[in-house]
Amino acid sequence: MNDFLAARSQMAISLGFHIIYSCIGMVMPFFMAVSHYKWIKTGDLVYKNITRAWSKGVAIFFATGAVSGTILSFELGLLWPKFMEQAGPIFGMPFSLEGVAFFIEAIALGFFLYGWDKFNKWFHWFTCLVIGVSGIVSGILVVSANSWMNNPSGFNFLNGHYLNVDPIKAMFNGSWFSEALHMSLAAFSATGFAVAGVHALMIAKRKNVVFHTKAFKIAIVFGAIAAILQPFSGDISAKNVYKTQPAKLGAMEAYYHTQAHAPLVIGGLPDTAAKKVNYGIEIPGLLSFLVHDNFSEPVNGLDKIPRQNQPPVMVTHIAFELMIAIGSAMMFLGLMYFFAIWKKRSWLSKKWFLNLFILATPFGFIAVEAGWTVTEVGRQPWIIYGIMRTSNAVTPMPGIHYTFYLFTAVYFTLTIAAIFLLSRQIKMVPLLYDTKQ
Amino acid sequence: MIAFLFLAIVLYFLLGGADFGAGIIELFTSEKNRPDTRKTMYEAIGPIWEANHMWLIIAVVILFVGFPFIYGQMCTWLHIPLLIMLLGIMARGTAFAFRSYDAVKGERTQRLYNHIFVYSSFITPLFLGIIAGSAISRQIDLHATTFLSGYVFSWLNYFSVAVGLFTVALSGYLAAIYLIGDAENENDVKRFIKKARQMTIVAVIFGGLVFVAAGFEGIQLARFIFGNPVSILAVIVAAISLILQWALIGRGKKKIIRVTAALQVTMILLAVGYMHFPYFVMVKTGENLSLLSLHAPAKTISDLGWALCIGSLLILPSLFYLYSSFSKGDHRF
Repeated sequence: MNDFLAARSQMAISLGFHIIYSCIGMVMPFFMAVSHYKWIKTGDLVYKNITRAWSKGVAIFFATGAVSGTILSFELGLLWPKFMEQAGPIFGMPFSLEGVAFFIEAIALGFFLYGWDKFNKWFHWFTCLVIGVSGIVSGILVVSANSWMNNPSGFNFLNGHYLNVDPIKAMFNGSWFSEALHMSLAAFSATGFAVAGVHALMIAKRKNVVFHTKAFKIAIVFGAIAAILQPFSGDISAKNVYKTQPAKLGAMEAYYHTQAHAPLVIGGLPDTAAKKVNYGIEIPGLLSFLVHDNFSEPVNGLDKIPRQNQPPVMVTHIAFELMIAIGSAMMFLGLMYFFAIWKKRSWLSKKWFLNLFILATPFGFIAVEAGWTVTEVGRQPWIIYGIMRTSNAVTPMPGIHYTFYLFTAVYFTLTIAAIFLLSRQIKMVPLLYDTKQ
Repeated sequence: MIAFLFLAIVLYFLLGGADFGAGIIELFTSEKNRPDTRKTMYEAIGPIWEANHMWLIIAVVILFVGFPFIYGQMCTWLHIPLLIMLLGIMARGTAFAFRSYDAVKGERTQRLYNHIFVYSSFITPLFLGIIAGSAISRQIDLHATTFLSGYVFSWLNYFSVAVGLFTVALSGYLAAIYLIGDAENENDVKRFIKKARQMTIVAVIFGGLVFVAAGFEGIQLARFIFGNPVSILAVIVAAISLILQWALIGRGKKKIIRVTAALQVTMILLAVGYMHFPYFVMVKTGENLSLLSLHAPAKTISDLGWALCIGSLLILPSLFYLYSSFSKGDHRF
């Protein structure tokens, strides 16, 4: 493995794990805030116990998210020093604000975790809300920094120099809104389905049914709403990607030849050498419709992009298709849940119905990873789209593959440990929360 | 901006350092007394440890937004010690969180978390100090041609390692002083006072070692420090607070000793920071990296300044409230 590939893989591994920890850490506080609110309003101790149980999960994921985030803030420089030397002053603004938001989150977490029965209960509830809000704000800011790499703005680039640098304009670049919206909804639906899935499993096993049913309901309502809204946000994103990064859209759709009545390819294996997709299903005119809102207007394909500036089509296309397939399944499940509440309440306790949600536990996170792959691999060969190539940003230090192996091992260990701790927490639910308090 | 950077670094040393120190104290506490130490420590740093480590992130962000070239160079030449420090931070943070959030308090797993926690508490400040030492050691070679001279000897030298050990000793010392105030009973207080005294001696010895190592490497540390009035003043203040400290430590004046301990460390950092200003990184061939000439464009610096000011208005009051809510009342002593 050469050093460049090793550096990219190490970054991918680090971000791939961090994205899971931080999604859970930023979304679960909202679940906690709802159940905490219900406890204060109804006095039902089950809700207090749910909040307490969830807060332990949040603490575990916050700790892993905080350390993996700290590592990332250094890895940017350790692996891509030349990128940071040039881009730091331009796109660093969201990172410094994120530092502030994250700091506030850490303070609020301190109050919330250690403040049971110590403060006014509404103040205590408020700190829980602050954890969630500052977490989401952190997420939006980090994604805004990423969107700048896709759609660099806030400077003039002249003879290799960055002039008229404006970090605020860079932060509010043309892609920040669509990316941040898509990622935030993804975080809610992925975490919602994952948490709901775990509780559904417990309900199916007939353990602490009252506790887990209430917890399931809070999580799935968040997850289902986000999953139903996600396709609309996806449409905004796709249109924006076509406008700002036609190469990425071409790779996502494995769309080689510019044409009118552009077809949408579903599935299939792209063959870049022959510029065609094998085994895919083509729906004529649909891509034109998705991009331009009419079925005939031509859509520019990969043939408009020089070969050396094209991203890897195979990986981007497959990741994109995977994301769409899972997203659709989650949307369908979300609609089914609301239909069940509305018309078929008997479904809610049926085995097959619970099994569907148990099956869907990892769905959201698989889709998150796939979507992240689309945006990162789809940007290649650029680290700053159209300005700087990833291969020109990498550290000169040799032997990066060793650190890649090391970090891969570390992240796997960390994740196994976190899952192990969570399963212990879940196993202990009857012991910790069943007794009359 | 430079003031913010310095402030963030000082606060990280004072608060994060004390945090590491808590682990170091645990490491050097006999098996018999460990559970008590651990309990005091957990109660003292549990609610605030996440916040303490945010200062490192703030410092890094200021560095890469405001002084990107310096950040890029440090990340390149000090890749290895930074990596080890990061692994230390990771191991330490997760072990601390895991040992309190493992629902089953099994003996073996708890022992494992403890081991990871105490050893990483030692490694992390050691490498933090090595990085700080390397920044001023003049051993970083921007034109290095071999792996060893570029990426290894930049930090593996007597001076950097001595600064690393000194940082460990200072962390332990700070923690012992802070913990005196958080101790639950007379017995613990006595133990922490004893620890604090030992740590003071160790810190003074390692401090001397830094000067010896500087001599080995041909760094004229003494001439630098005593060559300007601000650093001399800082050293004198540090020395006076050290003496005061020694005298007051046994008398239960925990507020004063906390202040003097923090003052000492701040003064050491001030003396070193001032003598090198405006240089942040001193390199072998003399093109030292200056904070005044290698900063980001003006608009970035002013926007970053505003962001940090507004951020401080949000952070500092709530942080202060957090500390005051969870610190033990004075009545206990």
